[in-house]
Amino acid sequence: MSLLSLEGVSRVYATRRGLFGKPVPVRAVDHVSFSVAPGRTLGIVGESGCGKSTTGRVALGIERPSEGSVTFEGATMPMPGTPEWRRMRARLQLVHQDPLGAMDRRLTVAAQVAEPLEIHGIGDKAERTDRVAALLRDVGLRADLAERHPHELSGGQRQRAVLARALATDPALLVADEPVSALDVSIQAQVINMLTDLQEARGIAMLFISHDLKVVRQVSHEVAVMYLGRIVEQGDPEAIFADPLHPYSRALVSAIPVPGPRRIERIVLSGDPPNPADRPSGCAFHPRCPLAVSACRAEVPELKAAADGRQVACHLVEAA
Amino acid sequence: MSEQVLPAVAAPPKRRVAIPPGVALAMLWLLAMVTIAVLADVIRPYGITAMDLRSRLQPPVGFGGGWLHPLGTDELGRDVFSRLIESIRMSLMIAFGATIIAAVFGTTMGFLAAHFRGWVEQAVLMLIDFQASMPFLILALSVLAFFGNSLPLFICLMGLYGWERHARISRGLAIAANAQGYAAAVRQLGAKPLRIYLKHVLPNIASTLIVAATLSFPEVVLLESGLSFLGLGVQPPMTSLGNMVGYGREYITRAPWIMLSPCVVIILTTLSVSILGDWLRDRLDPTLT
Repeated sequence: MSLLSLEGVSRVYATRRGLFGKPVPVRAVDHVSFSVAPGRTLGIVGESGCGKSTTGRVALGIERPSEGSVTFEGATMPMPGTPEWRRMRARLQLVHQDPLGAMDRRLTVAAQVAEPLEIHGIGDKAERTDRVAALLRDVGLRADLAERHPHELSGGQRQRAVLARALATDPALLVADEPVSALDVSIQAQVINMLTDLQEARGIAMLFISHDLKVVRQVSHEVAVMYLGRIVEQGDPEAIFADPLHPYSRALVSAIPVPGPRRIERIVLSGDPPNPADRPSGCAFHPRCPLAVSACRAEVPELKAAADGRQVACHLVEAA
Repeated sequence: MSEQVLPAVAAPPKRRVAIPPGVALAMLWLLAMVTIAVLADVIRPYGITAMDLRSRLQPPVGFGGGWLHPLGTDELGRDVFSRLIESIRMSLMIAFGATIIAAVFGTTMGFLAAHFRGWVEQAVLMLIDFQASMPFLILALSVLAFFGNSLPLFICLMGLYGWERHARISRGLAIAANAQGYAAAVRQLGAKPLRIYLKHVLPNIASTLIVAATLSFPEVVLLESGLSFLGLGVQPPMTSLGNMVGYGREYITRAPWIMLSPCVVIILTTLSVSILGDWLRDRLDPTLT
């Protein structure tokens, strides 16, 4: 039984080139399907502009999919802005990349953590105060920081405060969009550990979006690698990181810095990621792929089950 | 993680902010003006239409006049001090009333445009452009010519002055806020639009709106004087600061005190509002203190 499932979801934006140019459709997300079970974490990795964040926003229901459907707890995602949509916000929460931007700089931390409780009418005043104190303790913020304003906190403390706010309504799903990429490495580890501890304690499902493969490997139960709006490989993180099947995953994994002598040859991709408005024919990765054959230029590879239950979208990988 | 004992640290002492002397003076002046406006009927020594034709154009105390008329008298022998008190009441009522109407109306229109976008925004923008491209004096003239002159109508008309500035500012800032994290984050928490705009966007953009309001306050005073001078604003026997300046202009060489005393009040009041507004803007921003 899955908590959240996306079925063939695409998100198309129209961009205009120049003042009188024709609008060009850009497929930021293209036929993405996955599901997240309660208490599990799906990590989404990929380079900038590959549609990770858009996927997260569609999964949250902030954006409508242009095609396909999003189902959460067995029901289709309602239209944004409707009362049902607003009520549903208590169950789905977002952890932002930029905690300072996500907080109202005029309100104290305590007031902001109490905000979702007020919005959804949970508890009376005294209960809310207790609950806010408990939440701040859970995310490891000192009680005296409650009366501070966001700009008086450090980056790690701010991210903890944003997390406390996201957890206030006991959500079933947390979408973490690059939650630690703005923090320095030592703080990253603390926040990640806290996130996984809280997830285990509360049984929250998580969609963890990041470009940092090491972090994704640490937190995820399943990983999806995205390239230009499509999932190219999906499966168990240990299997993918030990033996990536798709050439793009291979290049990504080889880019992870390792201490000591390198076991795998570093694959440096040539060229830039292609423009999503001008998608290459066939497999979108073929212009940069070192192994591309003629079929790659003509046919879009489907996501097929490969060995050990993994799914890979590549013509050169044998189907299981 | 939750078992971890966190060291207790004493809460930082609440900062007490001293009021700078300039701001204190501005506050005192505005307080005095408001008190005078409220108590005008009690402190005014003479009626504003009481004429004393034997002591016309008397200079104020210190310039050869007596204590009977501390600020002198005008061409009809009316006591300038009494008329000044009545004018302060009238002008403050018009200026505050109009500024508040303009700020509330303009901000509401701006928020509506920013929230609904689409044709609502286009309609509001069209109204703004109409208001900005039309000389306000002509609009005021036509409205007053068609509907006659009454004080409530005049205040509402003055309230139309400057609303487009507030609407533009609030629309732009609200759109920026919606695109920024904090408003989007609160929306994502499930807040209703009214809560987002009143509790988050409005306090965050209030500093800019307050500055805009303190800029339009003196302009309303000047506009009111201009209209009164043209005979379209406050009608005699009622009096206002602008009205006094307008009629005193004829006697500028022989009896300058008739127009100088309301001029001084206009200058000091608008300056005080500006100083206070500037200080308030800084005080309302917790990141600056």
